[in-house]
Amino acid sequence: MTRTHKTTTVMVLAMAAFSGVLLRAMPPAGQDGAATPEKQKARVARGAHLVKSMGCNDCHTPWTMGPNGPHPDMTRALTGHPADLVMPPAPAPHGLWMGHVAATNTAWAGPWGVSFTANLTPDKETGLGNWTEEMFIATMRTGRHQGKGRPVLPPMPVQMLNALDDEALKSVFAYLQSLAPVKNRVPAPIEPADASANKEKN
Amino acid sequence: MARPVRTATAALAILWIAALHAGSGICAPARLSETGLYAEGRPGAIDPRNRLFSPQYPLWSDGAKKTRWVSLPAGSAIDTQSRGEWQMPVGTKFWKEFQFNGRKVETRFLWRATADRWIFATYVWNEEGTDAVLAPDAGVRGVVELAPGRSHDIPGVADCLACHGDRRPGPLGFNALQLSTDRDPNAIHGEPLAAGMTTVATLDRERLLSPAQPELVANPPRIKTADPQTRAVLGYFAGNCGYCHNRGGDIAYDGPSLKHSDLGDGDAVAAALLAKATAWQVPGQADGASYMLKGGRPEASAMLARMKSRRPSSQMPPLGTALRDEEAIAAIEAFIRSRR
Repeated sequence: MTRTHKTTTVMVLAMAAFSGVLLRAMPPAGQDGAATPEKQKARVARGAHLVKSMGCNDCHTPWTMGPNGPHPDMTRALTGHPADLVMPPAPAPHGLWMGHVAATNTAWAGPWGVSFTANLTPDKETGLGNWTEEMFIATMRTGRHQGKGRPVLPPMPVQMLNALDDEALKSVFAYLQSLAPVKNRVPAPIEPADASANKEKN
Repeated sequence: MARPVRTATAALAILWIAALHAGSGICAPARLSETGLYAEGRPGAIDPRNRLFSPQYPLWSDGAKKTRWVSLPAGSAIDTQSRGEWQMPVGTKFWKEFQFNGRKVETRFLWRATADRWIFATYVWNEEGTDAVLAPDAGVRGVVELAPGRSHDIPGVADCLACHGDRRPGPLGFNALQLSTDRDPNAIHGEPLAAGMTTVATLDRERLLSPAQPELVANPPRIKTADPQTRAVLGYFAGNCGYCHNRGGDIAYDGPSLKHSDLGDGDAVAAALLAKATAWQVPGQADGASYMLKGGRPEASAMLARMKSRRPSSQMPPLGTALRDEEAIAAIEAFIRSRR
């Protein structure tokens, strides 16, 4: 082996070893450890933009009637279906009118039964206060509650949110966790068979 | 650019790309017969190197008859440094065959392909029962009718990940309690140990546990309770609930851990379950009047209510079954009634 080749070989091996060290140091996808305060602040800001622009308030904030028509009541932003608003039995879906929606936009009835939009504020008992970032991302990725539980029901567009990358979902979660916790126990969904009896609460 | 430099650059690029993709190109074989379950050249004959095992508290799957095997790479051992979280060596494979009405329907396959990656796959058996092919990522719905309007589904990859794919991916029923030689004779759906089945004793004898765990042989793991009924009930919870309902942080859960390694003092766990109010309100119960288990009051026991439900929004476990486990429901209801 000539000296040039030896040098080349050593260079390649050294660079490969460095590459290996670098790769080992790279966190697996979705695991970047604790974010710095600056990064977390940036995430909260981006999450606020995403929540606002993706329409989360359309369903997770109760709507009210104003002089210009219905609009989200931002004094109850992202608190989900009001616990004190007990809905009457939902009309049965029929024909092309397969769904019905409450005046608040927070209760939806259709072939899946009745679903109530979740309290997204970080209240520990009734909101996302006990959720982790991993659970939130897993929910969006699997379409299951906390990534393991019951299916997330319509009209929640989890299949669309699944298109967001982990960083975007982390930003949304960071923003939601930055909100003031609001206690509001949203009812559990009602299956089609019992959709006429709104009695099961979460 | 001088030729040696070009060569070095090209070699580095290849190494870099190879390193980036190490493991990512591995996927499940197209057929079950290509996974290593069967002996070479002997279709249908299990490779004798694959070990048969049977957890003492099995996960109930709509009454399927299940058979399980594990393959540990030669010269390897299970990392037992964390008692509750055995780490399987790279190359470990698990298979679980499901039969309904005497017919093979599916075989699930878990393979630790690399240090960072487990592969989850399901194979669907052909009608002749000669081989099984890889199921699509979305799974297959309605492969066997179990009851009018109820059928068994082949799980999709997302379903696999829901149970097996969290921060500690791997098998769920392969641990010290499940493989204990002190088997619970009252285990719900329990099966007797067959000759040659792998237990903690065989793993220890063959030095497949690292570090060695002689205490698992001297004092086989057991859910310690004052009465056999509580032991069997908690064992059922360990096999069917504890993989999520623990303090590992996979879900938001503040009840007592039902994980296999947290049930040493079974009576304490049972007492905690009987004292724990739950935010999930049992239908018909007043606010604050629902408990995980309520002594003497099955109607106020949320765990029982959710076991009885097969509605997607409330059933427990949330996936994997289309039918109620009537035997377990009767046993847990009897347990509740026996407590005051």
